[in-house]
Amino acid sequence: MSILVVAEHDNKALNPATLKTLTAAQAMGDDIHVLVAGEGCADVAAEAAKAAGVAKVIHADNAAYGHHLAENLSALVLSIAKNYSHIVAPATTTGKNFMPRVAVLLDVAQISDIIAVESADTFRRPIYAGNAIATVQCAEAIKVITVRATAFDAVSAEGGSAEIETLDDVFASDKVSFVGEQVAASERPDLSAARVVISGGRGMQNGENFVLLEKVADKLGAAIGASRAAVDAGFVPNDMQVGQTGKIVAPELYIAVGISGAIQHLAGMKDSKVIVAINKDEEAPIFQVADYGLVADLFDALPELESALS
Amino acid sequence: MKILVAVKRVIDYNVKVRVKADQSDVDLSNVKMALNPFCEIAVEEAVRLKEKGVAEEVVVVSIGPKACQEQIRTALALGADRGIHVESDVAPDSLAVAKILNKIVAEEAPQLVILGKQSIDSDNNQTGQMLAALADMPQGTFASEVVVDGDKVQVTREVDGGLQTVELTLPAIVTTDLRLNEPRYASLPNIMKAKRKPLGVKTPDELGVSIDSKVSVLKVEAPAERSAGVKVADIAELVEKLKNEAKVL
Ligand SMILES: Cc1cc2nc3c(=O)[nH]c(=O)nc-3n(C[C@H](O)[C@H](O)[C@H](O)COP(=O)(O)OP(=O)(O)OC[C@H]3O[C@@H](n4cnc5c(N)ncnc54)[C@H](O)[C@@H]3O)c2cc1C
Repeated sequence: MSILVVAEHDNKALNPATLKTLTAAQAMGDDIHVLVAGEGCADVAAEAAKAAGVAKVIHADNAAYGHHLAENLSALVLSIAKNYSHIVAPATTTGKNFMPRVAVLLDVAQISDIIAVESADTFRRPIYAGNAIATVQCAEAIKVITVRATAFDAVSAEGGSAEIETLDDVFASDKVSFVGEQVAASERPDLSAARVVISGGRGMQNGENFVLLEKVADKLGAAIGASRAAVDAGFVPNDMQVGQTGKIVAPELYIAVGISGAIQHLAGMKDSKVIVAINKDEEAPIFQVADYGLVADLFDALPELESALS
Repeated sequence: MKILVAVKRVIDYNVKVRVKADQSDVDLSNVKMALNPFCEIAVEEAVRLKEKGVAEEVVVVSIGPKACQEQIRTALALGADRGIHVESDVAPDSLAVAKILNKIVAEEAPQLVILGKQSIDSDNNQTGQMLAALADMPQGTFASEVVVDGDKVQVTREVDGGLQTVELTLPAIVTTDLRLNEPRYASLPNIMKAKRKPLGVKTPDELGVSIDSKVSVLKVEAPAERSAGVKVADIAELVEKLKNEAKVL
């Protein structure tokens, strides 16, 4: 049987999480189809067709899918679900939103946020904020799975030459409509995919002080993240939250500044390759996971770090 | 209107869970349990809607062993009016929970159902979406703002790119994110009052829902531990180590 991967994209470009999800899908089977549903997303379909290992791209283009509303997207996926043994999507906020609907309407359980594929029906996933890893076996006829993208390498974006098939069916719920969005425009790399992430916590004291992090981030080409406390206090927007219930990151280098290291924060970053912590409290739990810890006042350390990198 | 809130009994968020030696599960004996934080936010939102005059009644439902009546009482102490306990000693998976909740929705006919976006134990983030599809209701997940207006509700959602606002026709499902509200503390008089509020008990059997799961847990392991590294004296040493030892700069 074939495997369906539902692509994550913004109608312009494929989100890198999709390429990583393809790696997970390849461990489940080999006839891989990618559904690109959106509005004016022909470029994305073409991009998906070039990804390594993709046999077919299904392109559904309609205003109903433009904002990836769960009601419409899940109905579309459901309409082709019976052709597949596995339906897979990245565990982004879009994937988390529509996939459980697909599962329940197929009357199957969903396996969320997998970090490893042991076999076509056995997967590993973190539970309890990553403080335990469960190996689960799924006996459902169709396996509905979301993938923690940071746990997988990306397939090559080039090298494939899949056929593109158009799907014209339109599913548009009259019970939901898109009103608007506030999308943070940033020149910086995407937090979930950046090579370096520097995050600030409550210790930053206010939003203005995040400039100190930005200056360091500029030098490193880093994305900027935050703890929940910094987001709750209104220093920075919600899309910057790293953690169990925010974004999961696993960069080469993660620098935690003025962050204590609560388990919920660690859940989102402890798979980073190298962790640096800057905190004035030498007892802060973040030091227990940091490869390099600096006990210092961040208001001294950040300007020094910026000039040391110049 | 009537609001139904689903709540779950979970490990307290401050507790770092340990895995059992035989790797069968995590060890929850003698561990502090509490209302799932996202469910607490859901209860708070419902109670606020009642206080604003938007809702007349707030009903809470919880599925699990007898002990989860404690969490129902907590929700009643926060201001919910009535509780429903669906008793099951086996923890049902999200699919079964959604089916049970769908039966309760059919009985209670709420205009709004509010759930937490995820429970901090299984971290699945599924139930609200599953219930929405089963009950054929539109969904506003990961909500940071909920505005009811006539027969519609506008939900602002925390998404990866920022915020998205959708408008749903009632009846609808909302799942809560962290920034929706800051739950109140229950006062002592309200805790006392909650003891006398009605609480009905049902079983999955009575509701005609099987809780058998097709997903089996083969083992539960502790994650690879990171060990603490070294403390550096100053920024110069840090940068030197990142360059020459870790080779990430
Ligand atoms: C259901 C739930 C979900 C959650 N999800 C998340 C999540 O996804 N992500 C997340 O991050 N949290 C999450 N949390 C919150 C988490 O429990 C912590 O409250 C939060 O991570 C604390 O943020 P913080 O480290 O910035 O703040 P604090 O714990 O207050 O730590 C601030 C740190 O800054 C240091 N500091 C202060 N001033 C300075 C200075 N001048 N120089 C250097 N250091 C300084 C202090 O020593 C302290 O260690 C969640 C909580 C719950 C209940």
